[in-house]
Amino acid sequence: MPWIDACATDDVDEEDLIRWDHGTQTFAIFHSPEGEFYATAGRCTHEEVHLCDGLVMGHLIECPKHNGQFDYRTGEAKRTPVCVNLRTFPVKVEGGRVYVEVA
Amino acid sequence: MGKRDYSPFGADAKRAVDTGLTAAEWYHTDVPRKVMKDLMARSDGPAIRDTIILYGSMIVLAGIGIALWPSWWSAPFWLAYGVLYGSASDSRWHECSHGTAFRTPWMNNAVYQIASFMIMRNPATWRWSHARHHSETYLVGRDPEIAVMRPPELAKLILNFFGILDVIAFIPRILRNAVSGPTPEERTFVPESEWPKVRRAARIHVAIYGATIALAVWMGSILPLMVIGLPRMYGAWHHIMTGLLQHGGLADNVVDHRLNSRTVLMNPISRFIYWNMNYHVEHHMFPMVPYHALPRLHEIMKPDLPPPNRSIAEAFAEMWPAFKRQILNEDYFLKRDLPPTAKPYREDFHQYVPGMMRPAAAE
Repeated sequence: MPWIDACATDDVDEEDLIRWDHGTQTFAIFHSPEGEFYATAGRCTHEEVHLCDGLVMGHLIECPKHNGQFDYRTGEAKRTPVCVNLRTFPVKVEGGRVYVEVA
Repeated sequence: MGKRDYSPFGADAKRAVDTGLTAAEWYHTDVPRKVMKDLMARSDGPAIRDTIILYGSMIVLAGIGIALWPSWWSAPFWLAYGVLYGSASDSRWHECSHGTAFRTPWMNNAVYQIASFMIMRNPATWRWSHARHHSETYLVGRDPEIAVMRPPELAKLILNFFGILDVIAFIPRILRNAVSGPTPEERTFVPESEWPKVRRAARIHVAIYGATIALAVWMGSILPLMVIGLPRMYGAWHHIMTGLLQHGGLADNVVDHRLNSRTVLMNPISRFIYWNMNYHVEHHMFPMVPYHALPRLHEIMKPDLPPPNRSIAEAFAEMWPAFKRQILNEDYFLKRDLPPTAKPYREDFHQYVPGMMRPAAAE
């Protein structure tokens, strides 16, 4: 699978996320409080709302519409109304850039 | 549009899906990301303070009511207790269902469960209906929480100021939930994995009401029901009053909360009971902003919103005549002017999609 240059590490504040679109897919790229980067599918599994306007609290991302929550490190659904896990993608950081392995 | 069909299995529900209305992107006021993150930040402090005031007041008021019972001198204390039980529980149920009132999840859940019981809603069902209400606000046939269906039945609205219809609807529903889980309508928005929770919560509610009624029979007095159950009726008026204002007389089948929701400035006591949900356009557009941050959000969004009603009375003076006009013309709705600083309504979109707002119906 190809590694795609998604953004600079500076583009994502700590404990926050940004939206990243690639081809027909949309992703969410996270910067954890520990300085790690993660990538998930961009839309909530409940009703397809994009997570980019949501709130990151520690390792949780909260959907901006209904407060469904996921652990963005694993994609695990943590709070209803989300019941389906979020897809995650491998990430690596090189030279101040964040790369996502897009399936 | 003509006669509306509010059934989740009806023609309007199907049309909302077929035309893409349910998948349409809703209008949002531009708020800078850093500002929004600050507004969405969670805190336990305000809700702990308010919860202590609320439950503390209820204990004191009910205690005095019981002490003075059966004298009529107890009536004012019951009336005050009733509003906290039968109306403040609505806003607590609401905010805690969003999970925004407290920072600590178990606190949200605890208050949510208590409030759901007091307001007579199955906590495992209504969490889902409210999610749909936010996804598809006032889309006919899709939103299960449309308070005033067109044409409005004013007699029913008035009866509900005393909780009569809500309680009448609640009793068979909670019994049915206790026996067989969600009803067919509820199964349209509650996922199957949650159905056992619907049954379990209903059984707990039924057990508490059963014990209260048994105690009342044993005592030969309605006093236990004055504390549990009846305040959902004699104290319902405030949440009905504020609840009607949320969307009453405004547009349906639109994707801009400025058209279908109403912000009303009101007195601090009502705002405490209502937990700031008078900022309703702001709440619907950004539901993850906690109640205590809504006044700040209102100030930020004000240039992009229709002017708020300045009081409950002014809002009713606007809404009630609209209800009366909707009796004769279902398509009538109030369309408020935007300030020059606001982005315009998406008229082209609302005219283009079949079954949506017809500007000619507005005045």
